[in-house]
Amino acid sequence: MSVDVSKVASTNGMTPATAKGGKAAGAIATWADERLGLGTAMKKNIRKVFPDHWSFMLGEIALWSFVVLLLTGVFLTLWFDPSMTEIQYNGAYDPLRGVHMSSAFASTMDISFDVRGGLLMRQMHHWAAHVFIASMMIHMLRVYLTGAFRKPRELNWVIGCLLLLLGTLEGFTGYSLPDDLLSGTGVRAADGFMKASPVVGSYMSFFVFGGEFPGDSIIPRFYAVHILLIPGLLLALIAAHMLLLVYHKHTQWAGPGRTEGNVVGYPMLPVYAAKAGGFFFIVFGTIAMLGGLFSINAVWKIGPYDPSKVTAGSQPDWYMGWPDGLLRIIPAWETHIWGITLSWNVMLPILVMPPLLLMLLMALPFIESWITGDKREHHLLQRPRNAPTRTAVMVALMTFYGLSWAAGGNDIIAIKLHLSINQITYFMRGAVFIGPVIAFIITRRWCISLQRHDEGKLLHGYETGVLVRSPEGGYAEKHLPIPESKAYTLTARDDDPRPETAEEIEASGVTGRRLRLRKLRARLATVFFADNVQKPTVEELHEAQHHAEHELHELESQISAGPNRHGPAEH
Amino acid sequence: MLVCGLLLTGGLYAALAPAQADTDQSQAELVKDGRELFLVGCAFCHGQNGEGVLTQGGSQYGPALTDVGAAAVDFQVGTGRMPMAQPGAQAPRKEVVYTKEETAALAAFVASLGTGPAIPDKELYSTAGMSEEEVQELVTRGGQIFLANCTACHNFEGSGGAMPRGGYAPKIRGVDSKHIYEAMLTGPQSMDTFSDGNIPPEDKKAVIAYLNKLDESPSYAGFTLGSLGPVSEGIIAWVGGIGLLIGFAVWIAAHTTRSSKKKDEAAA
Repeated sequence: MSVDVSKVASTNGMTPATAKGGKAAGAIATWADERLGLGTAMKKNIRKVFPDHWSFMLGEIALWSFVVLLLTGVFLTLWFDPSMTEIQYNGAYDPLRGVHMSSAFASTMDISFDVRGGLLMRQMHHWAAHVFIASMMIHMLRVYLTGAFRKPRELNWVIGCLLLLLGTLEGFTGYSLPDDLLSGTGVRAADGFMKASPVVGSYMSFFVFGGEFPGDSIIPRFYAVHILLIPGLLLALIAAHMLLLVYHKHTQWAGPGRTEGNVVGYPMLPVYAAKAGGFFFIVFGTIAMLGGLFSINAVWKIGPYDPSKVTAGSQPDWYMGWPDGLLRIIPAWETHIWGITLSWNVMLPILVMPPLLLMLLMALPFIESWITGDKREHHLLQRPRNAPTRTAVMVALMTFYGLSWAAGGNDIIAIKLHLSINQITYFMRGAVFIGPVIAFIITRRWCISLQRHDEGKLLHGYETGVLVRSPEGGYAEKHLPIPESKAYTLTARDDDPRPETAEEIEASGVTGRRLRLRKLRARLATVFFADNVQKPTVEELHEAQHHAEHELHELESQISAGPNRHGPAEH
Repeated sequence: MLVCGLLLTGGLYAALAPAQADTDQSQAELVKDGRELFLVGCAFCHGQNGEGVLTQGGSQYGPALTDVGAAAVDFQVGTGRMPMAQPGAQAPRKEVVYTKEETAALAAFVASLGTGPAIPDKELYSTAGMSEEEVQELVTRGGQIFLANCTACHNFEGSGGAMPRGGYAPKIRGVDSKHIYEAMLTGPQSMDTFSDGNIPPEDKKAVIAYLNKLDESPSYAGFTLGSLGPVSEGIIAWVGGIGLLIGFAVWIAAHTTRSSKKKDEAAA
């Protein structure tokens, strides 16, 4: 191995090396460095190390699709007219010519049919929004399931949840802007949701719409929110999210040479910058391909919004599908009291559930660290199997989400699978409660089984596929020890802490409410860690090693001295 | 000239007058043929005289056909919905069982049982002979009528939608103009009847012109994903969008600048 020494300083002098010769690039760099201090800032960050794993690139999809959203969004603002003024359409699309519609819808039609590349930009913008929110969710699942949300990253988790909320609101306002029949139906539904709030509902609705629905101010208001307010907040939070990422440094998987105190990976320049930059073009290309190949929100067929019309298959975009699903399956519960109607059938699925679930999501890191009592810093990730209860909680939430989501498409499921929409609804009413419980139990046991499998690999080795017949005629499969690096990776995890016992808590002298709280916490921790498999002790591993060596000797002697002359060596 | 005129008149009379008599006679024959077909294929559920059959529980086994008219028969039999293959939530559109002549005979027989709309003439639903501008005006008006009256069940592009208890509003694209007209006129299964007082014939023609225009038009925007709205779009976003991108992420993470074989071997 030869080392390239051409760029190493040739002296031990006390003055720092400077660029030699009057090269233009060097001169510009020096000029900028002296004024902006770029050199100092770059020296540290240009070689910043990022670990390499496919699951660390999911958040990047969100970032890049957001960039696509900004680019295509700017293009759309150049032609979109956010006004509800009624005009007569006179554009290129024949079947709507002469029809009265809002300027917003007419300009959407113009972008689609009269602006060069407009339809592609509209479709890319819409597809990018779908991908943006989907990638945020996938990224969030990765962070949760690997334990990357643990100290010191809890606040970044909360910021991520806020980004998801803002992304969804941004999506909803964007969905509403074209003022087509679907979006108008969505806005009407939102109006209904506001009015379902007890006492203040109609005031809130009149405040938002500037009078009775639909009025003529909702589109311009949504426009301001969609292109200014929420994107500004999103940008600020994304910046905070990424600054914290740089400050905390990226988490990494356990492995030889990887500790809580280092990051093993590739430097920002040139490797990671090239990878991330290349990924931007892949994300852009994928979204451009979707925009070019697949129709999304074909407003010319859906037609302009008119409160007297509605279409079958009126659905929100996918990320609003799950509250819509809950709304579709909830029984018609209403209470009439003191002249007020409380519409539980609207309040529970729309006004209660989504905020509740969001708050639960944001609280998850804090709930877990309270139960486990784990306040240490973590930079090494946990495999999902090594936190069975945590993994099972998320899978249960995912199951609830997935079932509610599917219920939001109950009409499409009914016609495509030839089912009765009523039966789907009855099934879902039970499934949203039972499904998560089943998913929790199966996932938890599955994780524990995988832990046992890991333990088996450490103590008994891997299955070689070599079958050995004993002198008695019995058959057994040979196991061989796994490589040391793999064994290191499998054992590079902490043992679960032992929860406090009731006696220990009582002995500590706390009383009253604090005593009850601590007992509850100990009980929860017991359930949280129950049945987990701890990694083998050093003694157990040594014993396993001796056993494996012994077996290997035995096998070799059997082969060399055995009665079977046609041993494996001859073949 | 006079001779020519006389000859022509005489010749025409000779050609047409017996035909008139033939029509009356063939109408009667048609009804007779229709009755025979009806007794074999329809009477089991609808009764031998189309009076309908009730179940023991008092619900309808096959509805009475005494006042449905020829249009209803032409629609139900002409689209294969009747005869039903099996009882169910709804009679699905399927392969047509009876020939055109047999369908006409059945329609004539059922029409003879009472009142009800006749099979519409072609000029009621065809835009043949109209100028391009007139058709354009018709299509625009038809689109608005379609969105106001039909999309709530049949979807914005006529792709169909769900109805309670396993019923559904079928896809209405690629359906004969005549059958669409008849469906509006007779309101088959769970559909409302759009009588001529409700949607006048020229408006029915406009709706049909709009649907035909949709059939002729390109999608403009790529694959339409079944024209079902946001549900199919969401599926594409997850499979073709985020799914594909995760695949790329795995690919990128699996390849690094330093994993080229040649370099590794050279370094070793």
